[in-house]
Amino acid sequence: MTRTWQAAPSVGHPLTRVEGLDKVTGRARYAADIALPGLVYGWVVPATIPRGRVIGIDVAATLAMPGVLAVLHPHNAPRLADIGEGTLALFQNDRVAHRGAPVALVIADTPERAREAAERTAVDYLPEPHDADFRPDHPGLYTPDHVNPNNATTTDKGDVDAAIAGAAVVVDREYRTPAQHNNAMEPHSATAVWADDRVTLYTSTQYAYTVAQSLTRLFGLAPGTMRVVSEHIGGGFGNKGAPARPDAALAVMAATLVGRPVRVTLTRPQLYPLTGYRTPTAQRVRLGADEDGRLVALEHRAASQTSRLVEFTEQTAIYSRAMYAADNLRTSHRVVALDVPTPRWMRAPGEAPGSFGLESAMDELAEACGVDPVELRLRNDTQAEPASGLPFSSRRLAECLREGARRFGWAGRDPRPAGRRDGRWWRGTGMAGAHYPARTAPTTAHVTALRSGDYVVRVAATDLGTGARTALTQLAADALEVPVTTVRVLIGDSDFGPAHGAGGSMGTASWGWPVVTACHDLAHRLASGEPLPPEGLTSTFDSTDAVGARRDLSRYAFGAHFAEVAVDVSTGEVRVPRLTGVYAVGRVVNPLTARSQLLGGMTMGLSCALLEESMMDARFGGFVNHNLADYHVATNADVGELDVAFVDDPDDELNPSGVKGLGEIGIVGVPAAIANAVWHATGVRQRELPIGPARAITSGQ
Amino acid sequence: MREFSYARARDVDAAVSLVADNPGARYLGGGTNLVDLMKLGIERPELLVDVTGLPLDEVVDDGGRLRIGALVRNSDLAAHPLVRERYPVLSQAVLNGASGQLRNVATTGGNLVQRTRCGYFTDPTMPCNKRMPGSGCPAIEGEHHNLAILGASDHCVATHPSDLAVALSALDARVGVQDLAGPHELPLEDLYRPVGDRPDLELTVRDGALLTGVSLPPLPAGTRTGYRKVRERASYAFAIGAVAAVLVVADGMVSDVRIALGAVASHPWRARIAERELRGGPATAEAFEAAAVAELDAARPLRDNAYKVPLTRDLVVAVLTELAR
Repeated sequence: MTRTWQAAPSVGHPLTRVEGLDKVTGRARYAADIALPGLVYGWVVPATIPRGRVIGIDVAATLAMPGVLAVLHPHNAPRLADIGEGTLALFQNDRVAHRGAPVALVIADTPERAREAAERTAVDYLPEPHDADFRPDHPGLYTPDHVNPNNATTTDKGDVDAAIAGAAVVVDREYRTPAQHNNAMEPHSATAVWADDRVTLYTSTQYAYTVAQSLTRLFGLAPGTMRVVSEHIGGGFGNKGAPARPDAALAVMAATLVGRPVRVTLTRPQLYPLTGYRTPTAQRVRLGADEDGRLVALEHRAASQTSRLVEFTEQTAIYSRAMYAADNLRTSHRVVALDVPTPRWMRAPGEAPGSFGLESAMDELAEACGVDPVELRLRNDTQAEPASGLPFSSRRLAECLREGARRFGWAGRDPRPAGRRDGRWWRGTGMAGAHYPARTAPTTAHVTALRSGDYVVRVAATDLGTGARTALTQLAADALEVPVTTVRVLIGDSDFGPAHGAGGSMGTASWGWPVVTACHDLAHRLASGEPLPPEGLTSTFDSTDAVGARRDLSRYAFGAHFAEVAVDVSTGEVRVPRLTGVYAVGRVVNPLTARSQLLGGMTMGLSCALLEESMMDARFGGFVNHNLADYHVATNADVGELDVAFVDDPDDELNPSGVKGLGEIGIVGVPAAIANAVWHATGVRQRELPIGPARAITSGQ
Repeated sequence: MREFSYARARDVDAAVSLVADNPGARYLGGGTNLVDLMKLGIERPELLVDVTGLPLDEVVDDGGRLRIGALVRNSDLAAHPLVRERYPVLSQAVLNGASGQLRNVATTGGNLVQRTRCGYFTDPTMPCNKRMPGSGCPAIEGEHHNLAILGASDHCVATHPSDLAVALSALDARVGVQDLAGPHELPLEDLYRPVGDRPDLELTVRDGALLTGVSLPPLPAGTRTGYRKVRERASYAFAIGAVAAVLVVADGMVSDVRIALGAVASHPWRARIAERELRGGPATAEAFEAAAVAELDAARPLRDNAYKVPLTRDLVVAVLTELAR
C-alpha cells in the first residue's frame, strides 16, 4: 500500500463543516427524521397540578379514541431500577413532583391522534399545598453537600469579615438572574426500536454513551443491549446533556410495551417543564479593596432552586474562586427544593450567572475607587488560582484585557456615567473579564486504515452543530499526516465505546486525546510495515490513564468582553451596537468554527443580558411564557457588530491537541459587560437581569 | 389536534353560508394564528373553510378611498405603492409586526381578528375567562407585564396584539363585513366589544360573519403620519408600547390629529381625549405631553405593568414631536 504524506497541516485552517452539504441539502437525518417501518407515536400527558397525587386516569376512554394503541401509566409501566435520578423514575408511583411532569403516555398511530388523545385524557388529582416561589430569603434554603458538577459547596480562605471591616473601599451588593431556558432549535425527540434483542434509541443527546449506560441500568438490561445513536443535533446548550431526558426513557418504555418502534417528540411548551433550564439565582457579592482597587477580600454567596426530584445546585459562586486575587476569599452556595421543574445545565452553568455577580461588582468597585475597569482587573490578576493556590497551566487574562481594550478602542474612555447623549440615545461602554474551566475527560477512540487509502475514526463524540466533527477530522488528518479528504469521522454512536459528551466545553479536548493518540499509533504501525488486512488495520486508545496522570494544575480558558450600548432616553430600549470578545483558549483547531462558537456565545450573552427570562407563575408552578414568541431569544436585529479575536495561548499541560475548549466562555461575562455599559450610559446600575425596557425605564425614573 | 374537515369556498356567499350559524366552523385565511391555536387545542373547529381563493386580495383606489381586500397579505399591503405614498403609517406598522415569513402569509382581515397572546389564554391547562368563561383571570395577579392598562375589567386584562390595527384605527378605517343578511360596513372601532364581564365575546359582528376588507378615507394634503413601536427585542416581538399618529399642523397649531395606542387594551385604543385636548391648540411638546397625560388618566395599571403608563406617554410625545417638526 502506498501512503501519501501531506506536509501541510490542517489544524489552524478554516475548514468548512464536513457535514455542511448534508445539512443544507436535508440529507442529514436528525432524531425525529429517522424513517422506520411500523413507527408509532407517544405523547406525554402532563400533570396540571404542581404537587399531589394522581388518583385516577380514565384509560378506557383514551383507549377508545381514534388511533390509540396503548396508554402507559403507573399501573402498567415497567418497574425501573433506582439509579438516583428522580426525573427518570417515570410512572413508578402516583406522586406529582411538578406541573408538566408526565403522568401518562398515550401511544397512537399518528402524532396528531396521539396528541389529541393525550390532551383529552381525563386525570383526577388530589392536590397538595405547594411552594414554587424562589426567594433569596426562602426559609428552606440549605447548604448542599456539593455543587455541580462535583465542586465543594464552600471555600473559605483567610478572614473575609475582618478584611472587609478594615478595607478602605467596600462594595456590598445583591445581584439577581432569572430562570432561563436553553431553547435549542431542535426540540427533544427519541425513537426506540427493538431488534435482535437489542434496543436502538435514536435521540438528540449530547451524551450518547452516558445515556446508553444510564438507560441500561434504569431498565435493568444486560450490558450491551442498549445502543444510542445521535448523529446530528440541532443545538443543545446543556439541555440535551446527561442524564437522559424523559423523552428517551419514555420511548424505550413505550416500545417495550407495544412491541413496535415508538417516537416521543416534545413540543416547545413541553420542553419547559421536562428538559431543564437554568435556575434563577440570587447572589450577594462583597468586595473589600485598598484605595488603589487591590482586593483584600472577596465574598460571593449564591442561592438557587432545585426540584423535589433531584438535588441540582448551580455552581454560581465558583466563578469567584479562580478569577481575581484576594487573600481573603469565601464562596458559598445554598439551594432550596421547590415544587418546580428540575433545573439543569445551560451554557456555562455556574460561570454565566456567577460572572454577572462578580464582574458587575468589580465595575462598582472601579467606580468607587476611581480606577479604570480594565486597569482594576489587571491589578487583581494572579498566576495562582486564588481559592486553591494551585498554579495555572497558563493564564493570559491580562493579554485578553489589553488586546480587547486595544481592539475596542477603550483608551481615553471618560469613566463618568450619563455624559454621552446622542439624539434620542444615551451611549456608554462597559467590559468584563471571563474564564471557563479547561477540563478533559477519559474517552476511547478507534481509527482504521482501509485498503482504499482512506481512514475511519470512530468515537462516541457529539456534534451539536458546533463543528466538532470537523475539528476531529482535522486533528486526525494531521496526526496521520494525510489530507482531510481521506479521513471520515463517525460519531454519535454509543457502540463506539466510552466517551465524554459534548458538555463543559470538554468535547474536543477529551475526544481529541484518544483520536490523536490512536492516529499516531496507527501511522507508526503502518510506517513500520505492519500488513493491512482486508477489513483494515485499527488502532484504539483509551485516555483514562493518561488523563489521570496529568499534573495537578489549575486549567482555565480566559477572555475579556467589551460592550457598547445605546439606551433610548424615553423608552428604555437598549441596543448593543458593538461587542468585542478576546480569548485565550489554547490551540484553535479551526478558526472558522471556533469563531462561530464564540459569536454564538456572545450572542447568547447579549440575549441573557437584555431578553431571556422564563416567567414562573408560582401559584401554578409552571412557566407562563413557554414558547419562542413570548420567551425572547435574540434575533439578528438585536445583534450589532461582533468582533472575535484570540491571543496566543500555548499550553503543554492540557492534552495532546493543546485545546482548552471554547463552547461556553463566549457567554461568560457578557451580561455584566452590557450591564456595566448601561450604567455608563445612564448612570443607573442594573443588578437584575434581563435589562428589558421596562426595567431600564422604571429604574431611570 | 382535533380532526377536522376542510372546504374551499367558491365565492363569498358560499363561504358565509358554510360558516354562519355553524359554531364549529372557522374561516381559514393565512392561518398564522388560527392553526397555532388549533395545535394548542384552544380552537377546535370541525370545519375549516378556506377563503384564500376568494377575490378579496386587491388594493384599489375607489374615488379617493383606498379599499384593501381582507385577503391582501401583510407583505403586499406594506409594499403597495398607494399605501406607501398615502398612508406611510400603515406600511410602517405592518413592517413592525411579526416576521417576514409570517407577513408573507398573514392576511389583513385575519390580522384584525387575531386572538390575544396572553400566556394564560394560550395554555389550555390554565384558567382563562376569555377561553373558558367563568374560570377566572389568573393574569390579574400573575404574569401580566405586557397586558392592558386601559379598558380592562376584573374579568380580563388581555391586549390585542396587532400593529396593523393600530394604524388602521388612527386612519379612521371602516371594515367591510358580510353575513347572512348581506354586506355592510362599520367603523373599525365598532368592530371590537368592550371587555366587560364577557371577554370571550370579542367582536360586535354576528358569529360567522366574514371580514371582506377595510377602506380608508383620503388624508388632506400636508398630513404627516407615523408609527412607533417599542418591544423587548428589536424584531419579531409584540409591542409593549405602540403609537400610530396622524397630524396636520398649520402655523404651529394642530388643525387635525388622530392617535391610536397599541399594547394597552383589548383592541386598538383610539386616544380621543388626547385628540380633543390637542385640536386647535399649539403643536408643542408640552401640549403633547399634557394631552397624553390626560388620555392616560384612565389607566389602571397592574402590579407589573405600570411602566406602560410613562412609556406610552413618552411615545406619544416622541411621535407627535417628530411629526410636528
